[in-house]
Amino acid sequence: MSRVRADEEEYWHSSKFRAFTFDDEDDELSQLKESKRAVNSLRDIVDDDDDDLERVSWSGEPVGSISWSIKETASGSTGSLDGRDSSLQKGSSSYAALPKQASSYSLSSLFKGRSKLSSFQSLSDALTDTGVKNYAPELRRPKAEYKDYSSDWSPKDTVRRMQRGKVCSLERFRSLQDKLVLLDEAVAGHDGNVITAVLIFLKRTLRREILFRELEVRQVALCHLIYFLRETGEQKFLLDLLRFLDRTEEVALSQYREHLNIQDVEKRREFLKGCIGLPFSAEDTSHIQDHYTLLERQIIIEANDRHLEMAGQSELFRKYPRKASILNMPLVTTLFYSCFYHYTEAEGMFSSPTNLKKTFKIPDKQYVLTALAARAKLRAWGDVDALLTTKNWLGYTKKKAPIGFHRVVEILQRNNAPVQVLQEYVRLVEDVETRLNLATKYKCHDVVIETYRDLKDRIQLTAYKCKVERGSAEEEKIHSILSNTQIRWKN
Amino acid sequence: MALAGQRDAPEPPDFGILKRLAQDQLVYLLEQLPGRKDLFIEADLMSPLDRIANVSILKQHDVDKLYKVETRPGPGASDQFCFLVRPRVRTMRFIADIVNADKMSGRSRKYKIIFSPQKFYACEMVLEEEGVFGDVTCDEWSFYLLPLDEDIISMELPEFFRDYFLEGDHRWINPIARALQLLSSLYGPFGRTYGIGRCAKMSYELWRDLEEESESEGQGRKPEIGHVFLMDRDTDYVTALCSQVVYEGLVDDTFRIKCGSVDFGPDVTSSDKSIKVLLNSQDKVFSQIRNEHFSRVFGFLSQKSRNLQAQYDRRRGMDIKQMKDFVSQELKGLKQEHRLLSLHIGACESIMKKKTKQDFQETIKAEHSLLEGFDVRESTSFIEEHIDRQVSPVESLRLMCLLSITENGLIPKDYRSLKTQYLQSYGPEHLLTFHNLKRMGLLTEQSAGETLTAVESKVSKLVTDRAAGKITDAFNSLARKSNFRAISKKLGLIPRLDGEYDLKTPRDMAYVFGGAYVPLSCKIIEQVLERRGWQGLEEVVRLLNGNEFCVSGTGGPGRRGRQPARPTALCVPLQTALRGTARPASPSVLSSPSSWAAAPSRRSRRCASWGRREVGRPGEGGERAGATQLEARRALRSALCPASGAHGPAVPVPPAALPGHRRAHPAGYKFIFLTTAITNSARMMEAAIEAKA
Repeated sequence: MSRVRADEEEYWHSSKFRAFTFDDEDDELSQLKESKRAVNSLRDIVDDDDDDLERVSWSGEPVGSISWSIKETASGSTGSLDGRDSSLQKGSSSYAALPKQASSYSLSSLFKGRSKLSSFQSLSDALTDTGVKNYAPELRRPKAEYKDYSSDWSPKDTVRRMQRGKVCSLERFRSLQDKLVLLDEAVAGHDGNVITAVLIFLKRTLRREILFRELEVRQVALCHLIYFLRETGEQKFLLDLLRFLDRTEEVALSQYREHLNIQDVEKRREFLKGCIGLPFSAEDTSHIQDHYTLLERQIIIEANDRHLEMAGQSELFRKYPRKASILNMPLVTTLFYSCFYHYTEAEGMFSSPTNLKKTFKIPDKQYVLTALAARAKLRAWGDVDALLTTKNWLGYTKKKAPIGFHRVVEILQRNNAPVQVLQEYVRLVEDVETRLNLATKYKCHDVVIETYRDLKDRIQLTAYKCKVERGSAEEEKIHSILSNTQIRWKN
Repeated sequence: MALAGQRDAPEPPDFGILKRLAQDQLVYLLEQLPGRKDLFIEADLMSPLDRIANVSILKQHDVDKLYKVETRPGPGASDQFCFLVRPRVRTMRFIADIVNADKMSGRSRKYKIIFSPQKFYACEMVLEEEGVFGDVTCDEWSFYLLPLDEDIISMELPEFFRDYFLEGDHRWINPIARALQLLSSLYGPFGRTYGIGRCAKMSYELWRDLEEESESEGQGRKPEIGHVFLMDRDTDYVTALCSQVVYEGLVDDTFRIKCGSVDFGPDVTSSDKSIKVLLNSQDKVFSQIRNEHFSRVFGFLSQKSRNLQAQYDRRRGMDIKQMKDFVSQELKGLKQEHRLLSLHIGACESIMKKKTKQDFQETIKAEHSLLEGFDVRESTSFIEEHIDRQVSPVESLRLMCLLSITENGLIPKDYRSLKTQYLQSYGPEHLLTFHNLKRMGLLTEQSAGETLTAVESKVSKLVTDRAAGKITDAFNSLARKSNFRAISKKLGLIPRLDGEYDLKTPRDMAYVFGGAYVPLSCKIIEQVLERRGWQGLEEVVRLLNGNEFCVSGTGGPGRRGRQPARPTALCVPLQTALRGTARPASPSVLSSPSSWAAAPSRRSRRCASWGRREVGRPGEGGERAGATQLEARRALRSALCPASGAHGPAVPVPPAALPGHRRAHPAGYKFIFLTTAITNSARMMEAAIEAKA
């Protein structure tokens, strides 16, 4: 530690930092020129050591200082870092005025200051009525920064400096109390980047249980740590934290989330199996169970069907080759698939629609909707009819659609059902207005005519004559209705 | 176009400067790595970068090849790599892999990372852990603000929404504060700052800190923006969740406007190519229809086509000299107009087709019932069927969220059944999505909250009063209730209709939703500007969970404004929802200009309302909602015509263009929007959907 301390001191006091502080002197420009000359003359020397040049020619925000802060946060890590530091120091002390020069030399006409604000400067050329200072206020402030290097900033100042992207040593916050004050200041400062930086430091310097305990009462900081752990992929640490906090549901969700990263289906299935025992709510546990079961089924169906398709024995597969594998598809899609390829299978088969319906307790409505779409796609109108037909105890049949017949019509129409088929269901649409609209739209003439008749609307019926073909059976029908004297027209 | 004839609205400030600044700085940074180099660009920085620079500028500064981050360099790569990236852990690992691979193979290169807009400590930590710290140099490209149009500035940070509202991370607050600082240094000092929302407040506080220490000397500068209004997206989710029916909104919903431009595919261009079109006030056709209700757009376009035809027809019967003039002077303009017209007509057709297929009418009807609170059962079954039919995963979610927010959560039975059906229709992994939405307070169960209360009371016992206050605060944000119904009633957000809503001469901001709903965020801005503070809105503020503020003379020390504030207002919706926010609405209403003139910018005098923090009741159930503040940030600066307010995320509601509107508020403000990103319902939902990693 003390070694680090010494390095630190030396570092901070190295000439480099002074170079970055633009003093308030007015002859900034002439100074810049001078330093530019000085630096240019140094270039030959510097160039041998291009590593250093690169590091120092950074654009304004002290590169060295960044590395410094990281070193700080990274505790007294030794070895390579130390080596690097010394080379940095060598570099910086060997050409003191470089930073100033660095910025002046490439685009000197535009930028003289620190990169952060330097661009503002070019603006001043554009806006004549405003001075440089408006746009580059920081150019003038470095005096204050001088004292900063002396290191003993209060927690508040430390946070402030970090918010401005400046370098700060956190290493001196060693007592728990100091660390917590620092954290609270960071939170009060509203800058998530700084909060996370402080947390990284705390995570490194505090035992887990202590850190967790303190975070439990600091929700904002806690959110930052959780997000940080998730981003960096420290799953184990994250789970420990969540467990400590008794957030069991989140523990479960976090683990479950990992399945998304598993590409191999077998492995994924195994993983999901393990998820069933996680502490989900009762409701979610059954969803997870379903997820596992679904994938298990899909694996079986996929293997089977791929085989069938390859063998080329099944006409269905030859005629309608599968567009994609069924693996990892939602349940409803799987149901559609099974209604499409395996509609007639016995319930005992995993791939049969009825089996799926039963296993996953698919509601009737959902089932009918999906089966209808699948059978209509195959233009299996007989199946459609059967699906919507129910028998009562006397053996009479009746058409019933849990989804409403207007939906049935829509699905059939989308699959280009012939008018004869369509008509039958349009007729069953309960709402008269909807029925008329649909019938007119899809040219189900009989339905339109009968509906007008039932409505006793002579005017509309007469008008409809021009919509049907001349001499057709429909026209004939209209005529006969209009001439029917039994009907008491309302108009 | 919109501004023509609007005497009272000031010209918007010239935001082109922001682009020049960004370009200059980028060039400067590239020069920091002299010599030939390859440039790796983060995918989501590409569109913004396109608006700032082009390939030839990059080439001029020795950029050789361009790669997308995540693409491995080829064998012929340069000796220097420059990475232009967002500060993300994932990207750092990618860079570290490249550096380490080079090291392994003994290849020596120089590497430079340019972070935009800022570097994060966590990124440096990753570089260090990966053993490449020191091998790379780091810089920051302070590219905070991208002007997308004359009145919209975007930070292009869509991840703000998820990071803040879902994860509770405050990393973007500093960039927001800096963006405001930049804006105020260029166009301020601002007369008055208003805001509502937790994130808005934090952003304001950090911004004020930055200003205070920057000792800038703003005296004598003529402020170009009068007022700033910061607002969190979660103050008004509803606006972002509703279907958009104004042209620009529909274009966004259908084709996705990205960074101010849109790719029209072959179905729109009626050729085999896609065309990228910049959509802004420079597009003469678009600027006239963007804010119009969709139903009015066709009429406009056909009128326009007829005019165009007539102009072309004039050339018949011209003599040679006239013909020559015609060709040299008018033809180009006509051709351009012709091109634009055919694109927008194609877009309309495409929108119509898509919307018809999705039962747009029925959807809108269901939405309106939800907003009004009628027939909730029927709407619930509509949503259920929507899910069962697998219409669209995003749309189904959106409708569920709208149901939840307008009803203050779903009743448990519905929640369970809709969730189960959703998982069956769209995939079981959406279990995670539901969890996320719950955290954000977008989709909740009515009884939720008990668990939170339990945790909270347990926690409270452990801590001191001061800390307890903080916790309550945190929980509060987690447990937000939307209170939509009560707010709607209080502010009259659902206009009473007698007969058809007249879309031609709309009488209020509700026209952006076909007369069904006045965007809440816009209404708040209107009310606050009218009252010059929050007085009289106490109940509304309480229902919105507080965190409102109002400060005059935000310039900080030394920035005492002498002139009366300009009638420009800068709306800063924090987060996200810009698009909606942006254009629309809000402002519509500012009325008397004189009150503006009377508002002297005084130095940070706080209004009484500031500081009045609502103490959250513990245990309110929800989860966190709050961060929308960014949106608010889009401040409307100049006094704009009432026209454009920003709506939240929802799209662009562009009312601004309505002459009727303007006439009604002749002295209106000009609104400028500054947002973290423009959002719409789909983007919001996608932010909550768990991505495959």
